[in-house]
Amino acid sequence: MSDHKAFSATGNQMIAEAIRQIDPDVMAAYPITPQTTIVENYAKYVANGKVHTEFVTVESEHSALSACIGASAAGARVATATASQGLALMWEELHIAAGMRTPIVMANANRALSAPISIHGDHSDVMGARDTGWIILFAETAQEAYDNTVISFRIAEDKRVLLPVMTTLDGFITSHAMERCEMEEDQTVKDFVGEYTPLYPLLDTDNPVGHGMFANGTSYMKYRSVLRKVNHGALPIIEEYGKAWAEITGRPYELIDAWGVEDADYVVVVLGSAAGNVRHVARQMREEGVKIGVVRPRVYRPFPAEQLVNACKNAKAIAVMDRSDTVGGQYGPLAVDTMAALYEAGLSIPVKNYVFGLGGADVTNELILEVFSNFEKLEKGELDRDLAFLGV
Amino acid sequence: MANAKELASRPECLAPGHRMCGGCGATIAVRQILMGVPEDTQPVVGCATGCLEVSTTIYPYDAWRVPFIHNAFENAAATVSGVEAAYKALKRAGKIPADKKIKFVAFGGDGGTYDIGLQSLSGAMERGHDMVYVCYDNGAYMNTGIQRSSATPKGAWATTAEVGAAQQGKIQVRKDLASVIAAHGVPYVGQSTVGHWKDLVAKAEKAFKVDGPAFLNVLAPCPRGWRLPSDQTLLISRLAVDTKFWPLFEVENGKWTLTPVKEKDLKPVEEFLKPQGRFKHLFKPENAHIIEEIKEDIENYWKYLEGRVEGSKDATSPIE
Repeated sequence: MSDHKAFSATGNQMIAEAIRQIDPDVMAAYPITPQTTIVENYAKYVANGKVHTEFVTVESEHSALSACIGASAAGARVATATASQGLALMWEELHIAAGMRTPIVMANANRALSAPISIHGDHSDVMGARDTGWIILFAETAQEAYDNTVISFRIAEDKRVLLPVMTTLDGFITSHAMERCEMEEDQTVKDFVGEYTPLYPLLDTDNPVGHGMFANGTSYMKYRSVLRKVNHGALPIIEEYGKAWAEITGRPYELIDAWGVEDADYVVVVLGSAAGNVRHVARQMREEGVKIGVVRPRVYRPFPAEQLVNACKNAKAIAVMDRSDTVGGQYGPLAVDTMAALYEAGLSIPVKNYVFGLGGADVTNELILEVFSNFEKLEKGELDRDLAFLGV
Repeated sequence: MANAKELASRPECLAPGHRMCGGCGATIAVRQILMGVPEDTQPVVGCATGCLEVSTTIYPYDAWRVPFIHNAFENAAATVSGVEAAYKALKRAGKIPADKKIKFVAFGGDGGTYDIGLQSLSGAMERGHDMVYVCYDNGAYMNTGIQRSSATPKGAWATTAEVGAAQQGKIQVRKDLASVIAAHGVPYVGQSTVGHWKDLVAKAEKAFKVDGPAFLNVLAPCPRGWRLPSDQTLLISRLAVDTKFWPLFEVENGKWTLTPVKEKDLKPVEEFLKPQGRFKHLFKPENAHIIEEIKEDIENYWKYLEGRVEGSKDATSPIE
């Protein structure tokens, strides 16, 4: 159990520290707001000789992930970080990293996508990576950003998984705000992640292998079915490492953070930092006798459908708050996942989907109260079920 | 420099049975270049998407006898940067023996190099990775069916630079990529072609000797795209040199050397253009001016190269 002193740090600092402690062989990265301080901090560790990492300061995010894929195929432990347009520029490579089964760990400081350009936080960028085969973790706090980053390496490199992992935190809200944090000893982290032993490394020239082959016909489809299987199969493995890390740190780990759901009449499903805002207002409402639970998946891909259903099953109505939109689609990404999980479980709990906080728009108490105040009507079937933009 | 007999005894890194076309210049380039890898060194190969990649790695077959990685079209240089960075880090960590020597080679066609991969290549060259980047230049996007690239010569027909009433093939001149890369200040840049095996292998050997980035621009005829019989690959590449269409030159630590064309070998550019169907339309009387322009471009480029040679004559750090 950890007995370290608490200190103040930003989410980006905590991610940079986690990567320093793990000391990957290669970090290829490109600066972009609001991820930049991760790369800048890491450049200091490199300059001060704190890490053995080969730091490849590439000329674009596309090259960042391309170099990471090369390094990972070569047999190295690999990390990188990006955000927003950078993640969008990587889009082609996201699929390739997962398809080639390269266990890269990438931090993403979640940010809006252009146009119009906005440097502030939302989930539009990550949701573009949703179906690429990556494992995607969402942190609520700087502390979780740290813990998620540490366990990411174990998940990615596990031979049952061998997939890239995206460890995300909300741009500015979590990447830049100072929070109370704890950190484990370097050696504790190193021991936890262990030595990395690659499978079929390119640099084993005595046993030459080919990476990134051309697949025709059914071999392509078979390959993709394996990708789905390993991604879905990663869920208990994520939980296993999350709990193993919790054992060391004393900070609990669940695939889904379910607050107050035991006796809740209504439940809000939300990802990332906004969960704290929703809980804050829900706490106040409890004093007035209104029981609202807050369900926050810490893992988004693979989607923990069963755990989500368990957390929501007793609710009379559910609000899903999406920090991104699927323009042209019926509902936001988290809502679609939630509704599919409920439907599959045979539950017909009414769901209302809200899009909120795009481009870093404030998530005020008033907006959350608006969501809460609709619950009764939603339960009675008196509320329209169209997707609603909050605060517009 | 080895003789042909000795070269023939060197290991073949690309196995026969790959699915490249008969007469393809790219595979000849690969074989000649990898013969330049020092005996005590293992090559690790990266490849951009293109004919060379798709035709040599059709799952479950792999024609490469050496480690091979393909990632995507525009990022062979970035991908190999990562492979090389891994090598450095793992060596530093003692996970690769200190005496083990690996050299990194990236192959890309002109589409993957002059065009879509230029940024990735420029970045890798600027960062100084220990890598030999080889552009096998066949002057168009041959894998997708002969579309024009910035390497397509002026006047050449391509499926996106058509010949018709209003246009006679590609309007623009070829980008001088070797000079662009030389301007990065890399230790070695060489331009050669498959028909001059001695020149190409010698340049490959120099490129592999460099501790840092090296670039080879290799004219690699594509019989299909050039509309040429497949037994003419080497002859046409020699004609490219003898007509000064494709100068052989190199830049060693800033010193430019241009291989002169002997008076007895010198031929008019028509001898290079005429056998190729992609230039057929240039021989119509109304297009004579295009051939004149090509000739003028050739003379100007040659003068430019002579200027580079003259301007760098005092640079004295040849690659040993």
